[in-house]
Amino acid sequence: MDFTFTDDELSFREAISRFLMTEAAPETLREIWETDSGRSPDLRHKIAEQGLTALSIPEEAGGLGMGDVAWSLMTQELGYYGIPDSLADTAYVSAGLISALPDSVSDRQGWLEQIAEGSLRIAIGHPVNPLVADAHLADFTLLNHAGEIHAVPRSLIDVEHNPSIDSSRRLCRVMWEPGSATRIADAATGQPIWDQALNRGALSVAGQLLGLAQRMLDLSVDYAAQRKQFGKPIGSFQAVKHHLADVAGKIEFAKPVLYRAAYSLQHGDVDAPLHVSLAHQACAEAAHLAARHGIQVHGAMGYTWEVDLQMFMKRSWALESAWGGRIFHKARISAAVLSDGAALGPGHVFGRS
Amino acid sequence: MDLTYTPRQQAFRAEVRAWLAANLPAEKLASYDTREGFEQHREWERKLFDARLSMVMWPQELGGRGCDLTEWLIFEEEYYAADAPMRVNQNGQLLLGPTLMEFGTEAQKKRFLPRMAASDDMWAQGWSEPNAGSDMAAVSSKAIRDGDHYVINGQKTWSTRASFADWVFGLFRSDPGSSRHHGLSYLLVPLDAEGVTIRPIKALNGKDAFAEIFFDDVRVPVENRIGDEGQGWKVAMATAGFERGLLLRSPARFQQPVRKLIELYKAHQTEADRDPGIRDAVLEAWAGAEAYALSAYHTVGRIARGDKIGAESSINKIVWSELDLKIHETAMRILGARGELLAGAPQSGDADGWLEGFLFAQAGPIYAGANEIQRNIIAERMLGLPKA
Ligand SMILES: Cc1cc2nc3c(=O)[nH]c(=O)nc-3n(C[C@H](O)[C@H](O)[C@H](O)COP(=O)(O)OP(=O)(O)OC[C@H]3O[C@@H](n4cnc5c(N)ncnc54)[C@H](O)[C@@H]3O)c2cc1C
Repeated sequence: MDFTFTDDELSFREAISRFLMTEAAPETLREIWETDSGRSPDLRHKIAEQGLTALSIPEEAGGLGMGDVAWSLMTQELGYYGIPDSLADTAYVSAGLISALPDSVSDRQGWLEQIAEGSLRIAIGHPVNPLVADAHLADFTLLNHAGEIHAVPRSLIDVEHNPSIDSSRRLCRVMWEPGSATRIADAATGQPIWDQALNRGALSVAGQLLGLAQRMLDLSVDYAAQRKQFGKPIGSFQAVKHHLADVAGKIEFAKPVLYRAAYSLQHGDVDAPLHVSLAHQACAEAAHLAARHGIQVHGAMGYTWEVDLQMFMKRSWALESAWGGRIFHKARISAAVLSDGAALGPGHVFGRS
Repeated sequence: MDLTYTPRQQAFRAEVRAWLAANLPAEKLASYDTREGFEQHREWERKLFDARLSMVMWPQELGGRGCDLTEWLIFEEEYYAADAPMRVNQNGQLLLGPTLMEFGTEAQKKRFLPRMAASDDMWAQGWSEPNAGSDMAAVSSKAIRDGDHYVINGQKTWSTRASFADWVFGLFRSDPGSSRHHGLSYLLVPLDAEGVTIRPIKALNGKDAFAEIFFDDVRVPVENRIGDEGQGWKVAMATAGFERGLLLRSPARFQQPVRKLIELYKAHQTEADRDPGIRDAVLEAWAGAEAYALSAYHTVGRIARGDKIGAESSINKIVWSELDLKIHETAMRILGARGELLAGAPQSGDADGWLEGFLFAQAGPIYAGANEIQRNIIAERMLGLPKA
């Protein structure tokens, strides 16, 4: 029993964090998000150079061979720095789906290599999400047709843009015709892979929400320490302190929930779907409270477009309904916990023994 | 990260489970807030001690097993899953014990720890005074040095089960000219000493759950002091840290009632579902207990790696106390009109002690440092916000 990360995992996270701090400053993001595509090939390239896109690609395809556990740290960084959907959807969720494909899919190895080196963008359309993020510039989109998996190149889809209040998002309704040329897995093979992709997508979002929560807390603490009223920093007032202390509490207690879910998914635990939903819920609650209390302690400044808090608030409001919203995850938790024979009580947090 | 139990850990779990199955008292013990129940619990503690299961984390020579924190979590899981009796000497074993190990002399450790582990000595805690609650540095009870003794005068209050206990540990002002956290000493006082008067305080449950302690020229030898004279605050703060941290409220203590809450909900589901909020409250309670347990394992792992747990223990305190309220409030909602009935009432449906637990849960956000104070600590020490 060792519920911690290795020094390697922690220092990799540190490195990514330091890198994104300079390369993905809010001013830079705002500029990128104002462009039509909303994405920067240059930033993407630099992130790939850091090794992030290779994180969970198997070593024989040029990757680092790590898994969901390592990603549970990295997705927090992606959330903290507001890195748009395309990166995690490609390098984490789609990479996971492609790795699970049978060897008979001839492009499999090539795709994994290209993800690792950062030269491929993949969008993923799971039915739980009504729209597909970043399909407009993905090289191809993974799409579901009655459980089958299709890899559909950009040239074979039409997209309808659906602007979001979160300016980092590029949401597309995807129109396409299923056919044997694009099918890479039949329904019998595809459905379990889609199910796993759903859990991975939800976990990716959970990690990002937790990172967003931390970012909003940090911004709010900084603001509360500087802004003065009644001759004192507002952060010295107890009502303000308690708002922020409650956010810190939510964040601290969501972390282990996220980490266990990652471990369960990586090790194929039968309870992984439950653990993932619990993580999505816990991280969404932390982000939601961080936004609410964050804007409260910012006063009117928090209601402006100018102050960066808004970027992270909107992203968290968007993501808390992505890859299964509150309804979806609560329903899964309810079904599992209230089922007959659910493993409840002391001694059941890890695995069913 | 490895979330599996080692064969050694599994064997330990099996041993504890088997021992409890074979040795649990046949009948539920009386409430430890009564003299009769207190002594029954002492008997049980002795039995645990004889099996070296009283303080599993303590070293062999103190009657323990030298278990690590993961094994302690396992022990707690089995203990609560078996509905074993509540531990009655936690103030001593979990608060004073670790303090003695850190600050006590070898002689003090030998003298107090084994008897504490066996519950031959039951300990009460003496911080609070009528004018020193949250503001503990306002303590005014005095312990004035007289040769190789201190002479204590003053009053402590809210001291849990002091009516039945053998000893009290607490903070006393040894430098009469001092103020706030200076000039305090940490002393151990036998409750049968001359000049000690104990007046029980009836708690919310109608029982003598805590007491006032009056000191009238009580003489205590200098060797009953922990740490240096005037350095009591530092020692006391270490105790407060242990209290809020992991040990006092192990996750199993909440996971077991949550399991029963789910059973209670299912047994009353048709009626309960008429209020759509109840199912959600049940699920929230489950999620809360789950998160608390995960956090405990994560913390244990971090401690094993050498991390220090600081102001996070204040978060822990808020979480368990609010979780306990949530669990019991939800149970009371489900029990509805029968909830008010005392466990012995013929029409009571409360075999699991929900009412008693609900009452005690009201105190959680108050004792061990009120939750408002914990939020101040988190804001100032963890987030670095300026003091008022
Ligand atoms: C069941 C139970 C068992 C106990 N057992 C023991 C024991 O064994 N030994 C012992 O010494 N004590 C014990 N206590 C006492 C406990 O430690 C105190 O109740 C606690 O420290 C709070 O002090 P108080 O009751 O004087 O409340 P007060 O300090 O008067 O506080 C009242 C309210 O004011 C708030 N408040 C006070 N100061 C501030 C501030 N600076 N900022 C914001 N809010 C503030 C508090 O949070 C609280 O909500 C026990 C209490 C209970 C309920």
